Amino acid sequence: MVYRIGVDVGSTHTDAVVIEPPAKLVHAVKTMTTPDVTTGIVRSLERVVKESGVDPAEVDAVMFGTTHVINAIVQRKGLARVGVIRIGLPATAAIEPMLDWPQDLREKVSAGTVLIRGGHEYTGEEIAPLDEDAAVKALKTFAGKKVDAIAVTSVFSIVNPEHELRVRELASKYAPGIPVVLSHEIGSIGLLERENATILNAATLPVMRRAIRALREALERLGMPHAKMYFAQNDGTTASEDYVAKYPVFTVIAPISNSIRGAYVLTGIPNAIVADTGGTTTNIGVLVNGYPREALEVDIAGVRTNIRAPDVLAIGLGGGSIIRWDEETREVRIGPDSVGYRLVEEGIAWGGNTVTATDIALAKGVMKIDDPRCNPERAKKLIPAWLVEKAYAKMVQMLEDAIDRIKTRPEPEIVILVGGGSAMWPRRLRGAREVIRPEHAQSANAIGAATALVGATIDKAYSYEQIPREKALEDAKREAIRKAIEAGADPSTVEIVEVEEIAMPYLPGNAVKVRVKAVGRLSPGRG
Amino acid sequence: MWKMSRQDILDLAVGAAILGAGGGGDPYIGMLMALQELDKGREIRVADPEEVPDDSFVVPVAGMGTPTVLIEKIPSGSELVYALKALEEYYNREADFLTPIEAGGINSTIPLVVAARRGLPVIDGDGMGRAFPELQMTTFHLYGIKATPMSMADEKGNRIVLDTIDNYWAEKIARVVTIKFGGTAWIAIYAMKGSDYKRAAVWRTMSLAIKIGRAIREAKERGKNPIDALTEASNGFLLFRGKIVDVKRFNVGGFARGEAVIDGMDSFSGSKMVIKFQNENLIALRDGEPVAMVPDIIVVVDQETARPITTERLRYGLRVAVIGIPCSEKWRTPEGLKVVGPKYFGYDYEYIPIEKLMGR
Repeated sequence: MVYRIGVDVGSTHTDAVVIEPPAKLVHAVKTMTTPDVTTGIVRSLERVVKESGVDPAEVDAVMFGTTHVINAIVQRKGLARVGVIRIGLPATAAIEPMLDWPQDLREKVSAGTVLIRGGHEYTGEEIAPLDEDAAVKALKTFAGKKVDAIAVTSVFSIVNPEHELRVRELASKYAPGIPVVLSHEIGSIGLLERENATILNAATLPVMRRAIRALREALERLGMPHAKMYFAQNDGTTASEDYVAKYPVFTVIAPISNSIRGAYVLTGIPNAIVADTGGTTTNIGVLVNGYPREALEVDIAGVRTNIRAPDVLAIGLGGGSIIRWDEETREVRIGPDSVGYRLVEEGIAWGGNTVTATDIALAKGVMKIDDPRCNPERAKKLIPAWLVEKAYAKMVQMLEDAIDRIKTRPEPEIVILVGGGSAMWPRRLRGAREVIRPEHAQSANAIGAATALVGATIDKAYSYEQIPREKALEDAKREAIRKAIEAGADPSTVEIVEVEEIAMPYLPGNAVKVRVKAVGRLSPGRG
Repeated sequence: MWKMSRQDILDLAVGAAILGAGGGGDPYIGMLMALQELDKGREIRVADPEEVPDDSFVVPVAGMGTPTVLIEKIPSGSELVYALKALEEYYNREADFLTPIEAGGINSTIPLVVAARRGLPVIDGDGMGRAFPELQMTTFHLYGIKATPMSMADEKGNRIVLDTIDNYWAEKIARVVTIKFGGTAWIAIYAMKGSDYKRAAVWRTMSLAIKIGRAIREAKERGKNPIDALTEASNGFLLFRGKIVDVKRFNVGGFARGEAVIDGMDSFSGSKMVIKFQNENLIALRDGEPVAMVPDIIVVVDQETARPITTERLRYGLRVAVIGIPCSEKWRTPEGLKVVGPKYFGYDYEYIPIEKLMGR
């Protein structure tokens, strides 16, 4: 027998599941998320292995959805000192790198920024030839300063990456051993946003490296030294440890995508709205052809980036959200504060004194909880009926409004409810053609992690007048397939799942932005 | 004369996005450029139109081209210095004042950079009082001021001076050059005497934008309604409040056009608004009747934050408020309406000022 383990880190809970591929759930556990993240993951692994009774020797892969990278950025902890090179002079000098970063983050990360001549026009022609002398000088300076990583961003590198590639080549000679991150491998059009993502990627290289090492040690301790490790990416796919060690920023908000993917795996429905209700918040996202719909720009701890990430609307309403009656306005107030994991101590149904969203649903009689300590009768007795009605109506309205906001068309959609708090929702919602709460909905995130396909998405830009459309698309597809294999996909299973072409307005020569996503199964063999 | 602070620049960017009427480009890049100038220890001085002597030499400066290139090939900051220099050489006279040609969108902040670098004051005013897509759509044009001789420059230092037979030709030729420059160009245009500026410009639009941005920020800081703050600071009207239920985009005779349909909420419940847009929002119809028309400013903002939503970002499901702001009186003449009235943009409506439509 072959098993697979999925682990997903949320703000309150860390979930772990054992599955029998492709997607049969064997066992699921919920543990507390710990401040260092790793401890909570290890605990969940220990428990899920022990309780499921699977032989660790039969686990071929462990798939993580983790918050190591985002936490490190938010807390400014353990980040690399990055030497920043921008290629684009004489253009771009009017806004220097990291100009609008939060100051404390910039001070932690920046080991100096250098602008040099080079870069390209949207047509792929050079703005100026690459100033190799300046590049070498910068690289030597950074090597002398012993920077931890170097981030290189060139103007229109998504049209022509030549100058970035050349700097990496020079770095192997003049700054040997220092990792170099190139922007065309990280982000899309938009120099500042792509540069920011590239610097964040460089800054979090050691964070990811340490996480991988700690988790690898844990697997060894738990009798799974042979198991391969994969990490969920923001776009709903997963990638090998070697790959995310190079591209940690691709995992920065992966857990949100895991829930959306998990909803697809549990229902088989490729196009739907997914509401993931946890202890404190509900994240609402959209499934498009089995993957999360992506946002245009993503703010990471105060830094604007254009990495691929799910388009999610978060509302401050989860199972532990605190419900209050405001005498002054004569209205129910819901959250945004929550009792979080202390629901099982503080919630009315558990003998506590705080009215939570879960208590309201229990008193209303729409929700059942399989926990001997939970007494819905207590909630029914202690919370006045009028408050139950008012509060529940408002909770449902908040969810319905959020669902409506994330939609892009008026037609009713299928809504899939997942997450630990999802049992509190009714079976009917305004704007929903159908409301589905699949079996194992509370573990959708970890199931999403455990069942993810290996994948990669690439962004490039072409002028179809210079490179014919067919040739350009072929080039982009080949690049995406190569990346997916690099991320750990089995070459014989890789397929293109998405090709998007967006014309760039007001430019002649048929300038088009192309995005291609390729996915495949986990490559066989032991790690 | 007063000096612009960091906070002024941040507020200006917000207010300029409002005056952009759904177009004009995101002032974000221009805002960062201006902030960097202050970081480098340079000053941005602003002059009131009253302070401009009649015989002084006033040069409006701006960027033109495609936003997609602008966000990738960020300017060097010297482009406008080159363009200005080229025009000064052509006239054999140094500029005394700079000024924006448009108060809305990115061109509201672009002149601040060259003002800082050259140490020249920028006048609190512009040639539109909002944003428009073409070079001749200015009050300067309306008052018979010639767009050319105008200069254009790129980051490499290429410079061109155009001298055209009229302002429409200036627009046509400049567009072609912009493409050759790689998609963006930096221009000095409508150079004029101080007396002409005072006659032809829309006055104090920079301080208006700052006032709007500040009002929205302060309302948020104090937990007050930012939409109320916006209408009050802009002397505008709340035209509608609701949810976007449909957005259509189509091509008519080579022009990208669109329509957004909004379902009323709160006191507008049961009512529908249709907004017709091209680059900018141009006509707002409530239950079929116009409530605001170009050149008056129509801006769609997020209901909670008052953050403006550009026409390319309008989509189903957004909760919005629609605000109407009266345009400059200069546009409200037969000549002005010929250049930027509803009919110029292809809509068969007789222009009626927003104040009249709203019964104020």
